[in-house]
Amino acid sequence: MIPELGHFSLILALAVALVQGTLPLLGASRGDARLMALGRTAALTQAFLVILAFGALTQAYVTSDFSVANVVANSHSAKPLIYKISGVWGNHEGSMLLWALILSLFGAAVAIFGANLPDTLRSRVLAIQALIGVGFLAFLLFTSNPFERLSPAPPDGNGLNPLLQDPGLAFHPPLLYLGYVGFSVTYAFAIAALLEGRVDAAWARWVRPWTLAAWCFLTLGIALGSWWAYYILGWGGFWFWDPVENASLMPWLAGTALLHSAIVVEKRDSLKSWTVLLAILAFSLSLLGTFLVRSGVLTSVHAFAQDPARGMFILAFLLAVTGGGLALYAWRAPKLMPGGLFQPISREGALILNNLLLCTLAATVLLGTLYPLFLDLLTGNKVSVGPPFFNATFVPICAPLFAALCVGPFLGWKRAELWPALMQLRVAFIVSVIAAIVASYAVDGRATLAAIAFGFGVWLIVGSLVEFAGRLRLGRAPFADSLRRLKATPRASLGMTIAHTALGFVVLGAVATSAWHLELMHTMKPGETVTFAGYQVTLQKVEEVKGANYIAERATLAVAYDGRPYTTMQPERRLFLVQRRQVAETAIHTNLLRDFYVTLGEGDANGGWVIRLYLNPLAPWIWLGAACCALGGFVSLSDRRLRIGAPSRRPVAQPAE
Amino acid sequence: MRRAIALLALLFTLPALAVEPSEVLADPALEARARTIGQALRCVVCQNQSIDDSAAEVAHDMRRAVRERLTAGDSNDQVFAFMVARYGDYVLLKPPFKTGTLVLWLGAPLLLLLAGSALLLAARRRQRAGLAAPQPLSDEERRRLDELLATARCHPERSEGPLRQSERSLGLRPRDDS
Amino acid sequence: MQRRLLFLLPLLTLALMAGFFAWSLLVGRDPAAIGSVLVGRPAPRLDLPALRAGDPPLTDALLKSGKPVLVNFFASWCAPCLAEHPLFTRLGEREGAVIIGIAWKNKRDEAEAWLKRLGDPFKSAGLDLDGKTGLDWGLSGVPETYAIDGNGIVRMHFRGPITERDLNESILPFLKGAE
Repeated sequence: MIPELGHFSLILALAVALVQGTLPLLGASRGDARLMALGRTAALTQAFLVILAFGALTQAYVTSDFSVANVVANSHSAKPLIYKISGVWGNHEGSMLLWALILSLFGAAVAIFGANLPDTLRSRVLAIQALIGVGFLAFLLFTSNPFERLSPAPPDGNGLNPLLQDPGLAFHPPLLYLGYVGFSVTYAFAIAALLEGRVDAAWARWVRPWTLAAWCFLTLGIALGSWWAYYILGWGGFWFWDPVENASLMPWLAGTALLHSAIVVEKRDSLKSWTVLLAILAFSLSLLGTFLVRSGVLTSVHAFAQDPARGMFILAFLLAVTGGGLALYAWRAPKLMPGGLFQPISREGALILNNLLLCTLAATVLLGTLYPLFLDLLTGNKVSVGPPFFNATFVPICAPLFAALCVGPFLGWKRAELWPALMQLRVAFIVSVIAAIVASYAVDGRATLAAIAFGFGVWLIVGSLVEFAGRLRLGRAPFADSLRRLKATPRASLGMTIAHTALGFVVLGAVATSAWHLELMHTMKPGETVTFAGYQVTLQKVEEVKGANYIAERATLAVAYDGRPYTTMQPERRLFLVQRRQVAETAIHTNLLRDFYVTLGEGDANGGWVIRLYLNPLAPWIWLGAACCALGGFVSLSDRRLRIGAPSRRPVAQPAE
Repeated sequence: MRRAIALLALLFTLPALAVEPSEVLADPALEARARTIGQALRCVVCQNQSIDDSAAEVAHDMRRAVRERLTAGDSNDQVFAFMVARYGDYVLLKPPFKTGTLVLWLGAPLLLLLAGSALLLAARRRQRAGLAAPQPLSDEERRRLDELLATARCHPERSEGPLRQSERSLGLRPRDDS
Repeated sequence: MQRRLLFLLPLLTLALMAGFFAWSLLVGRDPAAIGSVLVGRPAPRLDLPALRAGDPPLTDALLKSGKPVLVNFFASWCAPCLAEHPLFTRLGEREGAVIIGIAWKNKRDEAEAWLKRLGDPFKSAGLDLDGKTGLDWGLSGVPETYAIDGNGIVRMHFRGPITERDLNESILPFLKGAE
């Protein structure tokens, strides 16, 4: 009964979305207030209906209703409740329903919080959102219906992939989708602006909160995925340049460029066509990611079950959305009024450089991910593009990006002098060089690329802090004065400093873990001790442990430092009985400066067990840093200027007589 | 039960660092090279993993072959050539730099160069047209400016003096935006 | 006009990419299929102990005999090998094809018992216990089959079990054509 209600809600939602996608557009071009107001009502209704549908599917999972085919394929009665719930989106159909849910929720959010938008803009944005929703709902209803029934209902399900039965991975998709779908709102804003024929400072101010929100969630989603890979896959790696990871990185890069480009539109009424293009691209890359994961054109450890028919549908949808957007762009963007002029050396120039470099990074990732496909189709030759390629092409471009990142905030708008800006950063430069030298000598006495990269991380941190200190006149004015300035600092600037500094920490963590980790692999029998990185590690015992839906072999290792007991680690190998798959549970001990990381391997015939020990310096900084980047974004989002007093469009001031 | 787990484990283990203690070479320098090479060779039966990370049989064979070639005195390049002769370019995680992969390696940097130079050229063209730099004032305008500055107040509500000399000497055309 | 073209660039790039995607989906390209780099090249060496007791060791003498040969890598623990084996039996008995069988990572007695049970179409059979020969032939698992012409050049490669369709459309024409 309830699954049918859910199914029916989806059908109704599709109908509402069709209405929402057409009539408000008509109303906007005709100036018909009633039609435009329809957009708001429809958005709220659509959200309500999709919530119903999602609730119905969740209910089916929670009650283990095995008459629903989706539940049978992906759930099991013995699964813990939290994984029953996260199992709702741990499969293709359910995750598409989650997309549709978040899409409709964002539409409702625009309807509710967009009261300060002009009617024409808001109705157009809601209409575009709805049209995207039509695509997803149609995809759901026609090719990926989560509410299909099975008759007769089997006694139990096939269980959820054991890899997904993990808190980190349970929340990774919702955060990612919040990011992807958030960019659909900025896409809608861009299309609406192109339809209106006007991109101005007010538009940029209205778009900013949505861009920030999407970007923050996407950052968190990617960080969570990376952290999960780190503690599950068992050897301390955190980024593998797998196609699905790249599919989430590309919209992030475009979104970061969009965020910064929109600032120029807001402050200087310039870079308009860039910003509109980036808004279209960010969402298009999100859709491209969805296509790559679900169509079967690429192999990946992460990909869902492949289905070319679904692939064609998503491709058609991608073409409609991206092609339509880019066609509109090609037609209307040249007509946008050019804005303020500026010199190459200026804040605008720095932000253009930022745009260029981020887009180059995105293009590198895109090319690397898709090239095997292109080459295979054209010539039949097979090549692989893996981490060594990206390390050689992606990482070097980060260098000028990081270098410019700290200089940009010191440059003035319209035109600026480069040398004074660089002089203000001389302390940061010196500290970074010293840090690089110290790092290279502390590790192995050679100047390595890793030490240089480490220096860049320090540059990011010190450079951002120096800029903030300058803003507060720290050290040059009385302390009370600096405090006053701190209170008066707009949250957006605070957010920028937090995010840029946090990025530095991410770089430090990534460099240290990748280049300077220690590892030891040993076959140990119970009672044996090894020495590793100053610790004495003793394997005490290996025993069998039963979990809710698995049997595990658990090793207990006592770690001592200087003879004194330090901690106990218990890595496991879990065998999930229903799926007959094994997942390793690593044991990690962190003191926030390094991770001590142990995995249990196979046992041999003599009672020995393969134990792998790793010391990952600064690894926690990667994810703490990423979380702080998102925090910076949220701080920026809380800026009062974005909520109240959003500028209304004032006529140009009369020139003085 | 333990044996069943072990058996199932053999068939269904997940990838992790899969190099076994028994495979490790005695010479640490050779082993380090074997690891570097292993990270750059693709496991041909897995999805996007290097042979060092895969527990597949073929990956094990390849790791062993790498170490045998290294012990026999091959250079890193020769080991890669050995693998490519058997599995093709597909087995290299770093695609070779040849005519077929020029676009791959050079595409993005080329794009950056083209876009960057196009923007710089456009900026220079604008500069040459004199649009970016402010026009100098005519004598009449300069006289009017001096007049205004001599009498204008900074903040009408507070009585401060006229604007400072230095600002007058900037010679800017008065603008009408805020 | 030039400026217009610039604005069209993103759309054109999309069209190009989408064209490739549609092409890939329509031809049903399997991204995991890597083919074999040996096709068109001389077959690698064969130098293995015989699988069946009493046989001489397996060498590539058969590959240079002037007749087309099929080389089939199999194992008794491999389920798809079980599925494709009757086709080889048919090829060996009805078509008189010359087939070399190589047991890959298989214990000798288990492989022999498997062949005894299911039929043994192999003219010559070898045992590759450690997988070194498999590596030389670019094997990624079993079953894999190679078709070699009378001059010792590899002409076809099948990854996974051969099907009825492979037999009729590729293998039989090859065997007849290369006579």
